[in-house]
Amino acid sequence: MGQTLFDKIWDAHVVSSNEGFPDILYIDTHFIHEVTSPQAFDGLRTRGLPVFRPKQTVATADHNVPTWDQHLPIKEELSRYQVDMLTKNCAEFGIELYGLGHPFQGIVHVIGPELGITRPGGTYVCGDSHTSTHGAFGAIAFGIGTSQVEQVMATQCLLQSRPKRMKIEVNGKLQNGVGAKDIILYIIAQISAAGGTGYAVEYAGDTIRSLSMEGRMTICNMSIEMGARCGLIAPDETTINYVKGREFAPKGEDWDKAVAYWQTLYSDDDADFDSVLSFKAEDIEPMITYGTNPGMGIGVTQHVPETASFEQKEQGSYKKALDYMGLHDDEQLLGKPIDYVFIGSCTNSRIEDLRQVAEFVKGKHKADNVTVWIVPGSKQVQEQAIREGLDKVFDAAGFPLREPGCSACLGMNEDKIPAGKYCVSTSNRNFEGRQGPNSRTFLASPLTAAASAITGKVTDIREFLKEEELV
Amino acid sequence: MSTKIFKHIQTSAVPLPIENIDTDQIIPARFLKATTREGFGNNLFRDWRFDNNGNPKQDFVLNEPIYSGKVLVAGKNFGCGSSREHAAWALADYGFDAVVSSFFADIFKGNALNNGLLPVQVSDDFLKKIFDAIYADPHAVIEIDLVDQFIKIVASGEQESFEVNPYKKACMTNGYDDIDYILSKKELVVEFENR
Repeated sequence: MGQTLFDKIWDAHVVSSNEGFPDILYIDTHFIHEVTSPQAFDGLRTRGLPVFRPKQTVATADHNVPTWDQHLPIKEELSRYQVDMLTKNCAEFGIELYGLGHPFQGIVHVIGPELGITRPGGTYVCGDSHTSTHGAFGAIAFGIGTSQVEQVMATQCLLQSRPKRMKIEVNGKLQNGVGAKDIILYIIAQISAAGGTGYAVEYAGDTIRSLSMEGRMTICNMSIEMGARCGLIAPDETTINYVKGREFAPKGEDWDKAVAYWQTLYSDDDADFDSVLSFKAEDIEPMITYGTNPGMGIGVTQHVPETASFEQKEQGSYKKALDYMGLHDDEQLLGKPIDYVFIGSCTNSRIEDLRQVAEFVKGKHKADNVTVWIVPGSKQVQEQAIREGLDKVFDAAGFPLREPGCSACLGMNEDKIPAGKYCVSTSNRNFEGRQGPNSRTFLASPLTAAASAITGKVTDIREFLKEEELV
Repeated sequence: MSTKIFKHIQTSAVPLPIENIDTDQIIPARFLKATTREGFGNNLFRDWRFDNNGNPKQDFVLNEPIYSGKVLVAGKNFGCGSSREHAAWALADYGFDAVVSSFFADIFKGNALNNGLLPVQVSDDFLKKIFDAIYADPHAVIEIDLVDQFIKIVASGEQESFEVNPYKKACMTNGYDDIDYILSKKELVVEFENR
C-alpha cells in the first residue's frame, strides 16, 4: 500500500510513537506573534525553562499593528504593550524578531514563505489557525493554542494524534475572472464549515496544479474554514521555482539535496485516503458569502437560500445569521450597495493579489460611497508594489496603499468596519463582529472586491471582463 | 506542572442551541490584548451578552438568572474558527467545567483539554434530549463522569457514553501536563535531531 504525502512528511517527523499516546511530532519551525505568545513565555518563566531551539523560532508583529504611520509609536496602549512585550520576550529568550520597522516584518503567513523559511516536507506551527497556509509548499502546517505554543517553545515538539486523510481534487478550466479564492470558497460552501474537521486535506487535480504559489497559499489558508487540521499540495516545479533564491532557502549543494528530497514528496498512486472528493472547475462562479460562517457562500449571481431549505433544527441558527447580515430569503446580492472594501489578510495580500487588483483598477476610480483599504501582507510586498508603481495606480483609484499587518481581517488594530456597514473583504472569516462590532462581511476574491470597489455594489467581475474584451 | 483535575461533575446546565459558534463569538479579538490568562470570563460571549454601552442583553442566556451551572450545552461545530486559546480560558474563567455539543472544532477541543475544560461530544439525538430536559426544567441536573466516560440526564436516567483520547483522559483525571511528558523524552528529541 502506498503512502499519502501527508503520511510521508508526518512519519519523517515522528520522534516517538507510543501505543495509547499521541505521537511526539518534531516541529521544524515555530512562528510566533504578539497575541498568542505572551502567556506561553510566562509559562516558560514559571517552569524555569529556556526556549529549547530559539533558532528554529521566528517572530513578527502583525495582529495588533497599525497600517498607517508605522514609524510612529503605536497609539493604542494595550496594542503597544503587547507588541513591546513580544520585543522584550524575544530579546530575553534569544529569538529573531521581525518587528515593526524591520524589512522582513509582515503577516506571519506571508513572511514565512517569502523568506524561504517555509519549504516542502517541513513541519510548521504557529498560534494562529491560518498556519495551514504553509501547506501550499507540500508541508504539514497547522494552528495551535497558547499551551501548545509553550510546548513547542519548551521542546520543539508537539503531542499530536495523526488526523484522517482527505483528498480534494479540482479538475478542468476555470472561467475567466475565477481564481483560487473562488475555488476554496466554493469547496467550503459544498462541504460546510465543519466538512473537513478531523482531516488533513490534500488538494490535487489539474486546476490546483495550474495555480501559482500565491493561489495555492490562498487555498491552503482557508482549509481551517472547513475545520480541517491542515491543507497541503504536493510540491512541483512551481513550488521549487518559488523557493529558489529566497533569503533563507538552501543554497549550493544543500539546495540540490533538498530538491532531490522534495521530488519524492507526493501521494503514491495507490495511497489510501479516508475520503476523496472531486469538483469541476467549470462549475465554479466568482463566489461571495452571505452569512456568518465561510461555508455560507454562493455564486455571485445566485440568491440567498430559503430558510425552509434547511432542516428544522438548523433553521434557528440560519435565521440568526441572515438577521445579523440584514438579508432575507431569496435575496440577490448582486447589485447590493456596499460601504467598505478590504483587500488584504493572510489569504489575499501577496504581490500577485496586488498586481491583479492594480491591473484591473488601472484607469478606474472607486465609487464615492465606498472606503477602500488595501493592505500589503508584508514590508517586502509593500516595497515590491512600490517598485512596480502599483501604489500610484491605487492612489489614482482612490485607495492609498497602506502598511503591512492583519488589519481589518480581525480588527485588532484601528482598522475596524463600523457597525451595520457592509464590507466586501478578501479575508477569510465572515463571523459576527469579526471586522468590528456588528460589522457585516461578504467574503470574495481580490478581483470581485476590486470590481465592487469601482461600482460601489456587489459586482460580477465577469461582466467587467466581457466589456473590457469588447473595447 | 500540574493542571486542573477533572473526574466527575453533577450540575445544572446553560443551554445555547446555536450552531457553528466560533471563537470570535466566545471571545472577540479586541479582548485578546491581555498578556495573562486571567479575567477573560468577563468578556465571554461579549457581543451576544452586552450591548454597545456594556449593558447586559436580557434575552441572552447568560443574563437569564433561571439558567446556571458548570456545563454549557451548545449546537454543533462549537469552537470553530480562530485557534485562540483565550476562548477556552474565557469559558473556564467564567466558571464552566465542561461544554457539551454534538460536534467540536479540532483546535478548540485541544485547547479545552489543555485547560481542564472537558469537551463532551454527544449524538444529535442526545443533544436534543439535553436541550429538551433543560427547557422543561431549567434546574435539570446533568452528570458527567470522565472516569467511566458517560453523560447522564439525572432525572430521566437517560445516558450516553462519550469518547475521549485515553492520554488526555489520564492528563485530566491526574492533572498531568503535556510539557512534562515530552521533557521526560527529551533524549529522544535530541536523538531525532542528530539522525
